[in-house]
Amino acid sequence: MEIFGIPTQALFGQLLIGLINGAFYAMLSLGLAVIFGLLNVINFTHGAQYMMGAFCAWFLLEKWGVGYWWSLLLAPLAVGFTGVVIERTMLSRLYKLDHLYGLLLTFGLALIFQGVFTNYYGSSGQPYRLPQEFVGAFNLGFMYLPKYRAWVIVASVFVCASTWFVIERTKLGSYLRAATENPVLVQAFGINVPRMITLTYGFGVALAALAGVMAAPIYQVSPQMGENQIIVVFAVVVIGGMGSILGAIVTGFGLGVVEGLTKVFYPEASNTVVFVIMVIVLLLKPAGLFGKEK
Amino acid sequence: MNTFKRTMIGMAVAAAVSIGTAQAQVSDGVIKIGVLSDMSSLYTDLAGAGSVVAAKMAVEDSGIEKRGYKVEMVSADHQNKADVGSAIASKWYDVDKVDVIVDVPNSGVALAVNQITKDKGKAFLVSGAASSDLTGKACSPNTIHWTYDTWMLANGTGGAIVKTGGDTWFFLTADYAFGLALERDTEAVVLKNGGKVLGKVRAPLNTQDFSSFLLQAQASKAKIIGLANAGGDTTNSIKQAAEFGIVKGGQNLAGLLVFLTDIHALGLPTAQGLIVTNTFYWDQNDQSRAFAKRFSALDKGIYPTMVHAGVYSAVTHYLKAVEALKSDDGTKVVAKMKEMPTDDPLFGKGTIRVDGRKIHPAYLVEVKKPAESKGPWDYYKVRTTIPADQAFRPLADGGCPLVK
Repeated sequence: MEIFGIPTQALFGQLLIGLINGAFYAMLSLGLAVIFGLLNVINFTHGAQYMMGAFCAWFLLEKWGVGYWWSLLLAPLAVGFTGVVIERTMLSRLYKLDHLYGLLLTFGLALIFQGVFTNYYGSSGQPYRLPQEFVGAFNLGFMYLPKYRAWVIVASVFVCASTWFVIERTKLGSYLRAATENPVLVQAFGINVPRMITLTYGFGVALAALAGVMAAPIYQVSPQMGENQIIVVFAVVVIGGMGSILGAIVTGFGLGVVEGLTKVFYPEASNTVVFVIMVIVLLLKPAGLFGKEK
Repeated sequence: MNTFKRTMIGMAVAAAVSIGTAQAQVSDGVIKIGVLSDMSSLYTDLAGAGSVVAAKMAVEDSGIEKRGYKVEMVSADHQNKADVGSAIASKWYDVDKVDVIVDVPNSGVALAVNQITKDKGKAFLVSGAASSDLTGKACSPNTIHWTYDTWMLANGTGGAIVKTGGDTWFFLTADYAFGLALERDTEAVVLKNGGKVLGKVRAPLNTQDFSSFLLQAQASKAKIIGLANAGGDTTNSIKQAAEFGIVKGGQNLAGLLVFLTDIHALGLPTAQGLIVTNTFYWDQNDQSRAFAKRFSALDKGIYPTMVHAGVYSAVTHYLKAVEALKSDDGTKVVAKMKEMPTDDPLFGKGTIRVDGRKIHPAYLVEVKKPAESKGPWDYYKVRTTIPADQAFRPLADGGCPLVK
C-alpha cells in the first residue's frame, strides 16, 4: 500500500523519526517556555547552553571517565549553575527594562560561548561514544530503530510530563505561576520571589543541558550544534504560544513530525517548513496555538 | 564575534608579515592577500583559520619580503552566504586594495567571488571550493582552481567503487552548488561505467539529523549511498548511518568528499574502511611531514587538509609570478601563473591549464583500521595514485570559453 507514492511502511518509519527529533524540540522549547513564562526573558543563550550540556558530558567522559548516566545528572547541574550565575549577576538587572534588553544580553552571551568553544575545539566536533547498553537496534519490521533513539523518546516524554505536572499541578508550581502574575503580592505572603526566579532560570537552563547530553551520542559534540536548533525551537515556542508549557511540548513533537514528513515529500524545504507554519499560525492566531490573548 | 575575530586575526597577521620595504611596481607598493573562508561554521576546521596559517607560511617561506616586497594579509568569514562573501570581496577589491583572494570553501560563494574577481580584473586562487564549473562554464581568466574539484572526486572515488561492483547508487546531496555539481559529476561516472542511479535526496546545507534521508536511502536498496556533501554534513551522515545499521545491512557508504579533519572528528572506529580521494596527505614525504608539523603547531594541533596545502601551494606560486612579472595586476599575474610550471614542497611539479585548472596527481586512499594507526592523524593508506594527466577532467570536456 502506498500514500502519495511512498509505501506506508516507510511512512511509519519517517513518522517515528520525526517524533524523535520532535522530542529534542520539545525538551528545548520546554525550557525556553518555562523561562519566558516566569521571567519574561527570551533566552537566546538556550542553544549555547544545550551545546554546553553536550560538551560537559564529553568532558566528563574524556577527562574523568564519567559515563553517560552520571552525565545526565551532572551536566545539567553544572550548566544549570552557570545559568544561576548569569541570572544573579546579569539578567536580574534587566527585568525592569524592555524585553529587548534581555534578548540582546542572552544573544550576546550565546555568541561569546559559541565563539570560545569554536576557538578551542574547532568546528568538526568531538565524537561521543554511545553507551554500551544502547548499542544495537530494534527491528520493528517497518524500520530499524536504534535503541538509543527509542530511549530518547521515552526520556523526553517523561521529562516533559513531569515538568508540566510540577508547574501546573503542584503547590510549588502555583507559587511560580502566581509570582508571574503579581510578584509583589506573592512576596507579601512571605515567599522569596527573586530566589524562586533565579532557580527557575537555572532549571530552564538545566533542561537545555539535559537535551544536550541526550543529543551527544547522536550528533557530533560541536560548538555549532545549538546554533541552528535555537531558531527552530524559538519558532516552536512562538507557534505553541509564548510561555505555554503544554503548547511548547505538543508543538515540539508536532513540528518534529511535520519536519520529518517534509524531508520525505520535499526535502529542500525541510529547514524552512517550520517558519512557514509559524507565519500561518501567527496570521490566524497571533497568541499561538495554546497561548492566551491578553 | 566574527568581526572581532576577523579583525584580531587580520591585525595579527598584518603585523607579522608587513615588514619590508615598499616596491614601486606593485599596486600601492604592497601585495595584499585576502583569505576568505568559513571561520565559524561547518567548514572551519578543514579550511578557516588554517588557511590563514597556510597563506602566512607561504609568504614566509617565499622570502619575498627579504627582497624588498611588502606583503599584507587580511582575512574574513563569509558565513557560507554568497551575498556576505560577495560584499566582502567587493569591499576588499574596491576599498581595501586587496590584490588576490584565496581559499573560499563553499562553491556557492566561490562562484560569486569568481564573477566579481573577473569584473574587477583581480586574481582568485580557489582551494576550498569544489565545483568543477569553476574551470568549466564559469571559467575565468582571473581564476585558478587549485586543489581538487568535483569531477576529480567523482572519477577517483566514484570510478573506483563502480569498478569494484558498486553499481547501484542512491545520492544524499547537499542542496547547493557544490553538492549538485558533485552529484552530477558522480552520476555521469556511474552511468558511464554501466551503473544505475536508483534515487537521490537533497538535504539543506548544515543539516543536523540525517536519519530521515538515510531511511530513504535504505529503502532504495541501492548498494552504494553516495554522500555528495562535506564537512559537518558528512560526519553527521556517516555517524548516523552507522547508528541505523546501514552498513551492517549490506549497503556501503561512499564519502565523495571527506577531509582529514572529518576522519579525525569521526574517529577510526566509525570511519575505518572508507575510500576517499585526496590530492595531498601530510604523511607522504619528509617535506610534507615537516610542513604538517609546523602547521599543526600554529593551528590548534590540526594537521593540514588538502585545502590548507592548496592554499600554501597557490600562494607560493602566486608570489613567484608577481616577482617574475614585477607587477600584481590580477589578469597579468594569473596569465603568468599559467605560463610558469609550478613547483612546491607539497604538490611537487605541476602545471596550470588555460581553463585555470591546476594539474597534479590524486590519491585514492583507504581509512586505516584503529589497529593500523600509530596515533592521531595517522589515518590513510594510499591504494592507488591517479596520474596527473588522468586525475582531472580533459580540457575539451569542460565547456570553458577560454579553450579554443
